[in-house]
Amino acid sequence: MLAKRIIPCLDIDKGRVVKGVNFVNIRDAGDPVDNAKVYNDEGADEIVFLDITASHEKRDTVVDLARRVAKEIFIPFTIGGGIRTLEDIRNVLKAGADKISINSAAVKNPEFVREAARMFGSSTIVVAIDAKRVAPGKWDVFINGGRIDTGTDAVEWARRVYDYGAGEILLTSMDKDGTKDGYDLDLTRAIADSVTIPVIASGGAGTIGHFRTAFTEGHASAALAASLFHFRELSITDVKRFLNDNGVHVRLDYTANK
Amino acid sequence: MIAIIDYGMGNLASVYNAFIKTGFGDIRITSDPEELRRADKLVLPGVGAFEDAMKNLNRDRLIGPILESVADGKPFLGICLGYQLMFERSCEGGSFDGLGIMKGDVVRFDVSLPVPHMGWNETAIRDGDGVFDGLAGNVYFYFDHAYYPVPSDESVIAGTTEYETVFVSAVRKGNIYGAQFHPEKSHNNGLKIISNFGKLR
Repeated sequence: MLAKRIIPCLDIDKGRVVKGVNFVNIRDAGDPVDNAKVYNDEGADEIVFLDITASHEKRDTVVDLARRVAKEIFIPFTIGGGIRTLEDIRNVLKAGADKISINSAAVKNPEFVREAARMFGSSTIVVAIDAKRVAPGKWDVFINGGRIDTGTDAVEWARRVYDYGAGEILLTSMDKDGTKDGYDLDLTRAIADSVTIPVIASGGAGTIGHFRTAFTEGHASAALAASLFHFRELSITDVKRFLNDNGVHVRLDYTANK
Repeated sequence: MIAIIDYGMGNLASVYNAFIKTGFGDIRITSDPEELRRADKLVLPGVGAFEDAMKNLNRDRLIGPILESVADGKPFLGICLGYQLMFERSCEGGSFDGLGIMKGDVVRFDVSLPVPHMGWNETAIRDGDGVFDGLAGNVYFYFDHAYYPVPSDESVIAGTTEYETVFVSAVRKGNIYGAQFHPEKSHNNGLKIISNFGKLR
Protein backbone atom coordinates (compact mmCIF):
# COMPACT_ATOMS: atom_id res chain seq x y z
CA MET A 1 0.00 0.00 0.00
CA LEU A 2 1.33 3.42 -0.93
CA ALA A 3 2.32 5.60 2.00
CA LYS A 4 0.81 9.05 2.51
CA ARG A 5 3.59 11.57 2.09
CA ILE A 6 4.82 14.48 4.20
CA ILE A 7 6.58 17.13 2.12
CA PRO A 8 8.51 20.11 3.48
CA CYS A 9 8.88 23.08 1.17
CA LEU A 10 11.86 25.46 1.09
CA ASP A 11 11.60 28.91 -0.46
CA ILE A 12 14.79 29.83 -2.30
CA ASP A 13 15.95 33.29 -3.38
CA LYS A 14 19.15 33.56 -5.43
CA GLY A 15 20.25 30.14 -4.24
CA ARG A 16 19.65 30.85 -0.56
CA VAL A 17 16.89 29.75 1.80
CA VAL A 18 14.49 32.57 2.59
CA LYS A 19 14.42 33.40 6.32
CA GLY A 20 17.12 30.86 7.11
CA VAL A 21 17.36 30.00 10.80
CA ASN A 22 20.47 28.82 12.63
CA PHE A 23 19.49 25.62 14.38
CA VAL A 24 22.10 23.44 16.00
CA ASN A 25 21.97 20.86 13.23
CA ILE A 26 22.36 23.38 10.42
CA ARG A 27 25.81 24.68 9.58
CA ASP A 28 24.67 27.37 7.21
CA ALA A 29 21.13 28.62 7.79
CA GLY A 30 20.84 29.92 4.26
CA ASP A 31 22.12 26.85 2.47
CA PRO A 32 19.33 24.88 0.75
CA VAL A 33 21.33 21.65 0.89
CA ASP A 34 22.01 21.90 4.63
CA ASN A 35 18.33 22.57 5.27
CA ALA A 36 17.25 19.75 2.99
CA LYS A 37 19.61 17.33 4.75
CA VAL A 38 17.84 17.95 8.03
CA TYR A 39 14.49 17.19 6.39
CA ASN A 40 15.97 14.14 4.71
CA ASP A 41 17.19 12.82 8.07
CA GLU A 42 13.84 13.57 9.73
CA GLY A 43 12.09 11.38 7.19
CA ALA A 44 10.66 13.79 4.64
CA ASP A 45 9.18 11.71 1.83
CA GLU A 46 10.05 14.35 -0.74
CA ILE A 47 11.24 17.94 -0.71
CA VAL A 48 9.89 20.83 -2.76
CA PHE A 49 12.17 23.75 -3.56
CA LEU A 50 10.29 26.83 -4.65
CA ASP A 51 12.55 29.34 -6.34
CA ILE A 52 11.27 32.87 -5.87
CA THR A 53 14.28 34.60 -7.45
CA ALA A 54 13.37 37.41 -9.82
CA SER A 55 12.88 35.72 -13.14
CA HIS A 56 15.73 37.24 -15.16
CA GLU A 57 18.36 35.79 -12.83
CA LYS A 58 16.61 32.52 -12.29
CA ARG A 59 17.37 30.02 -14.99
CA ASP A 60 20.87 29.14 -13.90
CA THR A 61 20.16 29.22 -10.20
CA VAL A 62 17.55 26.44 -10.35
CA VAL A 63 19.81 24.15 -12.37
CA ASP A 64 22.67 24.77 -9.97
CA LEU A 65 20.35 24.15 -7.03
CA ALA A 66 19.15 20.84 -8.49
CA ARG A 67 22.73 19.71 -9.09
CA ARG A 68 23.85 20.52 -5.53
CA VAL A 69 20.81 18.93 -3.91
CA ALA A 70 21.13 15.74 -5.99
CA LYS A 71 24.61 15.15 -4.58
CA GLU A 72 23.42 15.01 -0.99
CA ILE A 73 19.73 14.14 -0.92
CA PHE A 74 18.55 10.64 -1.81
CA ILE A 75 14.82 11.08 -1.77
CA PRO A 76 12.74 12.53 -4.63
CA PHE A 77 12.75 16.30 -4.94
CA THR A 78 10.81 18.83 -6.97
CA ILE A 79 11.92 22.20 -8.26
CA GLY A 80 9.33 24.88 -8.91
CA GLY A 81 9.38 28.55 -9.76
CA GLY A 82 10.00 30.18 -13.09
CA ILE A 83 10.07 27.06 -15.25
CA ARG A 84 8.69 28.18 -18.60
CA THR A 85 10.15 26.10 -21.39
CA LEU A 86 10.78 22.45 -22.20
CA GLU A 87 14.48 23.31 -22.16
CA ASP A 88 14.16 24.58 -18.57
CA ILE A 89 12.57 21.27 -17.60
CA ARG A 90 15.20 19.22 -19.38
CA ASN A 91 18.04 21.07 -17.64
CA VAL A 92 16.57 20.78 -14.17
CA LEU A 93 15.77 17.06 -14.55
CA LYS A 94 19.18 16.39 -16.03
CA ALA A 95 20.78 18.10 -13.03
CA GLY A 96 19.10 15.51 -10.78
CA ALA A 97 15.62 16.79 -9.88
CA ASP A 98 12.88 14.16 -10.05
CA LYS A 99 9.99 16.47 -10.80
CA ILE A 100 9.37 20.03 -11.80
CA SER A 101 6.41 22.12 -10.78
CA ILE A 102 4.75 24.61 -13.10
CA ASN A 103 2.12 27.15 -12.21
CA SER A 104 1.64 30.35 -14.21
CA ALA A 105 3.32 28.87 -17.30
CA ALA A 106 0.57 26.24 -17.33
CA VAL A 107 -2.19 28.81 -16.84
CA LYS A 108 -0.84 30.97 -19.66
CA ASN A 109 -0.35 28.03 -22.00
CA PRO A 110 -2.11 24.78 -21.01
CA GLU A 111 -0.58 23.01 -24.01
CA PHE A 112 2.75 23.33 -22.21
CA VAL A 113 1.53 20.74 -19.69
CA ARG A 114 0.67 18.32 -22.49
CA GLU A 115 4.01 18.80 -24.26
CA ALA A 116 5.99 18.49 -21.04
CA ALA A 117 4.18 15.31 -19.97
CA ARG A 118 4.65 13.77 -23.40
CA MET A 119 8.34 14.59 -23.52
CA PHE A 120 9.39 13.84 -19.94
CA GLY A 121 6.64 11.54 -18.65
CA SER A 122 3.67 12.44 -16.46
CA SER A 123 5.40 11.47 -13.27
CA THR A 124 7.91 14.30 -13.64
CA ILE A 125 5.28 17.02 -14.13
CA VAL A 126 3.60 18.62 -11.12
CA VAL A 127 1.08 21.37 -11.77
CA ALA A 128 0.82 23.85 -8.91
CA ILE A 129 -2.61 25.42 -8.48
CA ASP A 130 -3.19 28.45 -6.27
CA ALA A 131 -6.90 28.51 -5.47
CA LYS A 132 -9.04 31.04 -3.64
CA ARG A 133 -12.67 30.78 -2.63
CA VAL A 134 -14.94 33.07 -4.66
CA ALA A 135 -18.31 31.65 -3.50
CA PRO A 136 -19.41 28.84 -1.19
CA GLY A 137 -18.08 25.61 -2.67
CA LYS A 138 -16.41 27.43 -5.57
CA TRP A 139 -12.75 28.33 -6.00
CA ASP A 140 -10.94 30.16 -8.78
CA VAL A 141 -7.37 29.75 -9.96
CA PHE A 142 -5.23 32.74 -9.00
CA ILE A 143 -1.79 33.71 -10.24
CA ASN A 144 0.90 36.19 -9.18
CA GLY A 145 0.84 35.13 -5.56
CA GLY A 146 -2.92 35.30 -5.26
CA ARG A 147 -3.28 38.81 -6.71
CA ILE A 148 -4.82 37.98 -10.08
CA ASP A 149 -8.03 35.99 -10.50
CA THR A 150 -7.85 34.08 -13.77
CA GLY A 151 -11.59 33.49 -13.64
CA THR A 152 -10.97 29.77 -14.17
CA ASP A 153 -12.72 27.33 -11.85
CA ALA A 154 -10.10 25.43 -9.84
CA VAL A 155 -11.82 22.04 -10.05
CA GLU A 156 -12.24 22.35 -13.82
CA TRP A 157 -8.63 23.44 -14.17
CA ALA A 158 -7.45 20.44 -12.11
CA ARG A 159 -9.41 18.07 -14.38
CA ARG A 160 -7.97 19.76 -17.42
CA VAL A 161 -4.33 19.49 -16.38
CA TYR A 162 -5.02 15.88 -15.39
CA ASP A 163 -6.37 15.23 -18.90
CA TYR A 164 -3.28 16.91 -20.31
CA GLY A 165 -1.01 14.49 -18.49
CA ALA A 166 0.02 16.22 -15.26
CA GLY A 167 1.30 13.57 -12.85
CA GLU A 168 0.41 15.37 -9.66
CA ILE A 169 -1.32 18.53 -8.39
CA LEU A 170 0.21 20.78 -5.74
CA LEU A 171 -2.86 22.55 -4.42
CA THR A 172 -2.40 25.69 -2.32
CA SER A 173 -5.31 27.42 -0.67
CA MET A 174 -4.61 31.15 -0.89
CA ASP A 175 -7.25 31.70 1.81
CA LYS A 176 -5.51 29.41 4.27
CA ASP A 177 -1.86 30.00 3.36
CA GLY A 178 -0.05 31.54 6.33
CA THR A 179 -3.07 31.31 8.67
CA LYS A 180 -2.05 28.12 10.49
CA ASP A 181 -5.69 27.23 11.00
CA GLY A 182 -5.67 24.13 8.83
CA TYR A 183 -5.74 23.08 5.20
CA ASP A 184 -8.82 23.99 3.16
CA LEU A 185 -10.39 20.56 3.41
CA ASP A 186 -13.39 21.32 1.19
CA LEU A 187 -11.16 22.57 -1.60
CA THR A 188 -8.71 19.71 -1.24
CA ARG A 189 -11.46 17.10 -1.27
CA ALA A 190 -13.26 18.73 -4.22
CA ILE A 191 -10.08 18.47 -6.30
CA ALA A 192 -8.79 15.14 -4.99
CA ASP A 193 -12.15 13.52 -5.72
CA SER A 194 -12.27 14.83 -9.27
CA VAL A 195 -8.91 13.45 -10.50
CA THR A 196 -7.10 10.13 -10.05
CA ILE A 197 -3.62 11.65 -9.78
CA PRO A 198 -2.20 12.50 -6.35
CA VAL A 199 -3.10 15.84 -4.80
CA ILE A 200 -0.66 17.54 -2.40
CA ALA A 201 -2.50 19.68 0.14
CA SER A 202 -0.76 22.98 0.86
CA GLY A 203 -1.47 26.13 2.84
CA GLY A 204 -2.68 26.42 6.41
CA ALA A 205 -0.91 23.65 8.36
CA GLY A 206 -0.61 24.79 11.98
CA THR A 207 -1.06 21.73 14.19
CA ILE A 208 -0.24 18.06 14.00
CA GLY A 209 -3.95 17.28 13.65
CA HIS A 210 -4.18 19.32 10.46
CA PHE A 211 -2.02 16.76 8.68
CA ARG A 212 -4.34 13.94 9.64
CA THR A 213 -7.47 15.69 8.38
CA ALA A 214 -5.74 16.58 5.09
CA PHE A 215 -5.70 12.83 4.44
CA THR A 216 -8.86 11.63 6.18
CA GLU A 217 -11.18 14.49 5.20
CA GLY A 218 -9.32 16.23 2.38
CA HIS A 219 -8.49 12.95 0.60
CA ALA A 220 -5.01 14.25 -0.18
CA SER A 221 -2.13 11.90 -1.05
CA ALA A 222 0.45 14.19 0.49
CA ALA A 223 0.58 17.18 2.79
CA LEU A 224 3.03 20.03 2.40
CA ALA A 225 4.19 22.60 4.93
CA ALA A 226 6.91 25.24 4.87
CA SER A 227 7.25 27.53 7.90
CA LEU A 228 5.92 24.96 10.38
CA PHE A 229 8.87 22.68 9.64
CA HIS A 230 11.31 25.47 8.86
CA PHE A 231 10.88 27.13 12.24
CA ARG A 232 10.91 23.71 13.97
CA GLU A 233 7.45 24.10 15.41
CA LEU A 234 6.91 20.47 14.44
CA SER A 235 9.32 17.80 13.31
CA ILE A 236 8.49 15.58 10.39
CA THR A 237 9.08 12.46 12.47
CA ASP A 238 6.63 13.66 15.14
CA VAL A 239 4.02 14.31 12.47
CA LYS A 240 4.54 10.88 10.95
CA ARG A 241 4.44 9.10 14.29
CA PHE A 242 1.18 10.85 15.11
CA LEU A 243 -0.28 9.89 11.73
CA ASN A 244 0.83 6.30 12.17
CA ASP A 245 -0.79 6.17 15.62
CA ASN A 246 -3.98 7.56 14.12
CA GLY A 247 -4.45 5.08 11.33
CA VAL A 248 -2.75 6.95 8.46
CA HIS A 249 -0.31 4.80 6.52
CA VAL A 250 3.11 6.50 6.46
CA ARG A 251 6.75 5.54 5.93
CA LEU A 252 8.47 5.31 9.30
CA ASP A 253 11.00 2.51 8.88
CA TYR A 254 13.89 4.99 8.59
CA THR A 255 13.58 5.49 12.35
CA ALA A 256 14.28 1.81 13.04
CA ASN A 257 18.05 2.14 12.55
CA LYS A 258 18.44 5.08 14.88
CA MET B 1 35.57 -0.05 -11.26
CA ILE B 2 31.77 0.19 -11.27
CA ALA B 3 30.31 1.18 -14.64
CA ILE B 4 26.94 2.91 -14.85
CA ILE B 5 25.71 2.19 -18.34
CA ASP B 6 24.79 5.34 -20.24
CA TYR B 7 22.52 4.57 -23.17
CA GLY B 8 20.56 7.80 -23.42
CA MET B 9 17.69 6.72 -21.16
CA GLY B 10 17.14 9.20 -18.40
CA ASN B 11 19.17 10.84 -15.74
CA LEU B 12 22.06 8.81 -14.30
CA ALA B 13 23.41 11.50 -11.99
CA SER B 14 21.46 10.33 -8.95
CA VAL B 15 22.74 6.75 -9.22
CA TYR B 16 26.28 8.07 -9.64
CA ASN B 17 25.85 10.42 -6.65
CA ALA B 18 24.52 7.58 -4.49
CA PHE B 19 27.68 5.50 -5.08
CA ILE B 20 29.88 8.51 -4.36
CA LYS B 21 27.90 9.24 -1.20
CA THR B 22 28.32 5.68 0.07
CA GLY B 23 32.07 5.80 -0.51
CA PHE B 24 32.61 4.18 -3.91
CA GLY B 25 34.68 6.63 -5.88
CA ASP B 26 35.92 4.28 -8.60
CA ILE B 27 32.90 4.70 -10.78
CA ARG B 28 32.20 5.75 -14.37
CA ILE B 29 29.14 6.76 -16.34
CA THR B 30 29.97 5.28 -19.71
CA SER B 31 28.65 4.21 -23.09
CA ASP B 32 31.97 2.68 -24.18
CA PRO B 33 31.71 -1.10 -24.78
CA GLU B 34 35.40 -1.57 -23.91
CA GLU B 35 34.98 0.23 -20.62
CA LEU B 36 32.05 -2.07 -19.77
CA ARG B 37 34.33 -5.06 -20.47
CA ARG B 38 36.94 -3.66 -18.10
CA ALA B 39 34.44 -2.89 -15.32
CA ASP B 40 34.15 -5.16 -12.27
CA LYS B 41 30.46 -4.41 -11.85
CA LEU B 42 27.70 -3.05 -14.03
CA VAL B 43 24.69 -0.93 -13.16
CA LEU B 44 21.90 -0.58 -15.70
CA PRO B 45 19.55 2.26 -14.69
CA GLY B 46 17.07 3.90 -17.01
CA VAL B 47 13.78 5.69 -17.40
CA GLY B 48 11.63 5.65 -20.53
CA ALA B 49 10.24 3.21 -23.04
CA PHE B 50 11.44 -0.40 -23.32
CA GLU B 51 11.67 -0.40 -27.12
CA ASP B 52 13.81 2.76 -27.26
CA ALA B 53 16.04 1.39 -24.53
CA MET B 54 16.79 -1.86 -26.39
CA LYS B 55 17.35 0.07 -29.62
CA ASN B 56 19.87 2.31 -27.90
CA LEU B 57 21.70 -0.59 -26.23
CA ASN B 58 21.92 -2.28 -29.61
CA ARG B 59 23.01 0.90 -31.43
CA ASP B 60 25.76 1.52 -28.90
CA ARG B 61 26.93 -2.15 -29.09
CA LEU B 62 26.43 -2.56 -25.34
CA ILE B 63 24.43 -5.79 -25.32
CA GLY B 64 27.48 -8.01 -25.93
CA PRO B 65 29.57 -6.56 -23.09
CA ILE B 66 26.58 -6.72 -20.70
CA LEU B 67 25.90 -10.40 -21.43
CA GLU B 68 29.61 -11.28 -21.21
CA SER B 69 29.93 -9.54 -17.87
CA VAL B 70 26.90 -11.37 -16.48
CA ALA B 71 28.17 -14.70 -17.85
CA ASP B 72 31.49 -14.06 -16.11
CA GLY B 73 29.63 -13.78 -12.82
CA LYS B 74 30.41 -10.10 -12.32
CA PRO B 75 27.89 -8.28 -10.10
CA PHE B 76 25.07 -6.66 -12.06
CA LEU B 77 22.26 -4.37 -10.89
CA GLY B 78 19.30 -3.39 -13.05
CA ILE B 79 17.18 -0.50 -11.78
CA CYS B 80 13.62 0.40 -12.86
CA LEU B 81 13.63 0.20 -16.67
CA GLY B 82 17.04 -1.45 -16.43
CA TYR B 83 15.41 -4.15 -14.28
CA GLN B 84 12.71 -4.73 -16.89
CA LEU B 85 15.31 -4.92 -19.66
CA MET B 86 16.89 -7.93 -17.91
CA PHE B 87 13.89 -10.08 -18.91
CA GLU B 88 13.02 -11.83 -22.15
CA ARG B 89 10.19 -9.69 -23.49
CA SER B 90 8.04 -6.63 -22.78
CA CYS B 91 4.53 -5.85 -23.94
CA GLU B 92 5.17 -2.10 -23.68
CA GLY B 93 3.98 -0.61 -26.98
CA GLY B 94 3.97 -4.00 -28.75
CA SER B 95 6.18 -7.00 -28.09
CA PHE B 96 9.89 -6.41 -27.80
CA ASP B 97 12.80 -8.63 -26.87
CA GLY B 98 14.87 -7.74 -23.82
CA LEU B 99 18.30 -8.90 -22.70
CA GLY B 100 17.01 -12.28 -21.50
CA ILE B 101 19.26 -12.39 -18.44
CA MET B 102 16.18 -13.49 -16.48
CA LYS B 103 13.31 -15.60 -17.79
CA GLY B 104 9.90 -13.97 -17.98
CA ASP B 105 7.85 -11.17 -19.51
CA VAL B 106 7.23 -7.54 -18.60
CA VAL B 107 3.54 -6.63 -18.25
CA ARG B 108 1.50 -3.52 -17.54
CA PHE B 109 -0.41 -2.95 -14.29
CA ASP B 110 -4.01 -4.04 -14.65
CA VAL B 111 -5.46 -2.42 -11.54
CA SER B 112 -8.12 0.13 -10.63
CA LEU B 113 -5.53 2.26 -8.80
CA PRO B 114 -3.71 5.03 -10.69
CA VAL B 115 -0.94 3.95 -13.08
CA PRO B 116 1.98 4.73 -12.95
CA HIS B 117 2.48 3.31 -9.49
CA MET B 118 4.38 6.21 -7.97
CA GLY B 119 5.50 6.83 -4.42
CA TRP B 120 6.78 5.02 -1.34
CA ASN B 121 5.66 1.44 -1.02
CA GLU B 122 6.76 -1.59 0.98
CA THR B 123 8.78 -4.45 -0.40
CA ALA B 124 8.71 -7.75 1.45
CA ILE B 125 12.35 -8.84 1.29
CA ARG B 126 12.74 -12.63 1.17
CA ASP B 127 16.40 -13.04 2.14
CA GLY B 128 18.35 -10.29 3.79
CA ASP B 129 21.71 -11.05 2.20
CA GLY B 130 23.70 -9.89 -0.82
CA VAL B 131 22.57 -6.37 -1.70
CA PHE B 132 19.68 -6.81 0.73
CA ASP B 133 22.02 -7.38 3.68
CA GLY B 134 20.66 -5.48 6.68
CA LEU B 135 17.22 -5.09 5.13
CA ALA B 136 14.68 -7.55 6.48
CA GLY B 137 10.92 -7.82 6.42
CA ASN B 138 8.84 -5.03 4.93
CA VAL B 139 11.00 -2.18 3.70
CA TYR B 140 9.97 1.09 2.06
CA PHE B 141 11.35 2.04 -1.35
CA TYR B 142 10.45 4.69 -3.91
CA PHE B 143 8.68 3.50 -7.05
CA ASP B 144 7.73 5.11 -10.34
CA HIS B 145 6.61 2.70 -13.07
CA ALA B 146 3.68 1.44 -15.13
CA TYR B 147 5.14 -2.00 -16.06
CA TYR B 148 6.76 -4.79 -14.10
CA PRO B 149 8.36 -8.14 -14.92
CA VAL B 150 6.82 -11.52 -14.12
CA PRO B 151 9.72 -13.94 -13.62
CA SER B 152 8.90 -17.44 -14.82
CA ASP B 153 11.49 -18.90 -12.44
CA GLU B 154 10.14 -18.26 -8.94
CA SER B 155 13.48 -19.02 -7.34
CA VAL B 156 14.82 -15.60 -8.46
CA ILE B 157 12.18 -13.66 -6.51
CA ALA B 158 13.92 -11.52 -3.89
CA GLY B 159 11.11 -9.15 -2.97
CA THR B 160 7.43 -8.51 -3.63
CA THR B 161 5.26 -5.40 -3.38
CA GLU B 162 1.51 -4.94 -3.21
CA TYR B 163 -0.33 -2.42 -5.33
CA GLU B 164 -3.78 -3.95 -5.57
CA THR B 165 -1.92 -6.86 -7.13
CA VAL B 166 1.24 -8.42 -5.71
CA PHE B 167 4.17 -8.05 -8.09
CA VAL B 168 7.84 -8.99 -8.01
CA SER B 169 9.76 -5.82 -7.18
CA ALA B 170 13.24 -7.36 -6.78
CA VAL B 171 15.07 -10.37 -8.16
CA ARG B 172 18.35 -12.11 -7.52
CA LYS B 173 20.25 -14.89 -9.23
CA GLY B 174 23.76 -15.26 -7.82
CA ASN B 175 25.46 -11.91 -8.37
CA ILE B 176 22.72 -10.62 -10.66
CA TYR B 177 20.21 -8.26 -9.08
CA GLY B 178 17.24 -6.29 -10.32
CA ALA B 179 15.02 -3.76 -8.55
CA GLN B 180 11.86 -2.14 -9.83
CA PHE B 181 12.19 0.65 -7.25
CA HIS B 182 14.83 3.38 -7.22
CA PRO B 183 17.45 2.65 -4.54
CA GLU B 184 19.08 6.00 -5.37
CA LYS B 185 15.87 7.77 -4.31
CA SER B 186 14.95 5.55 -1.39
CA HIS B 187 16.70 7.25 1.52
CA ASN B 188 18.65 5.00 3.93
CA ASN B 189 17.14 1.73 2.69
CA GLY B 190 18.14 2.53 -0.87
CA LEU B 191 21.63 3.71 0.04
CA LYS B 192 22.07 0.44 1.91
CA ILE B 193 21.48 -1.46 -1.33
CA ILE B 194 23.86 0.81 -3.23
CA SER B 195 26.51 0.36 -0.57
CA ASN B 196 25.99 -3.43 -0.41
CA PHE B 197 26.29 -3.65 -4.19
CA GLY B 198 29.50 -1.63 -4.09
CA LYS B 199 30.96 -4.16 -1.64
CA LEU B 200 30.04 -7.26 -3.68
CA ARG B 201 32.83 -9.35 -5.15
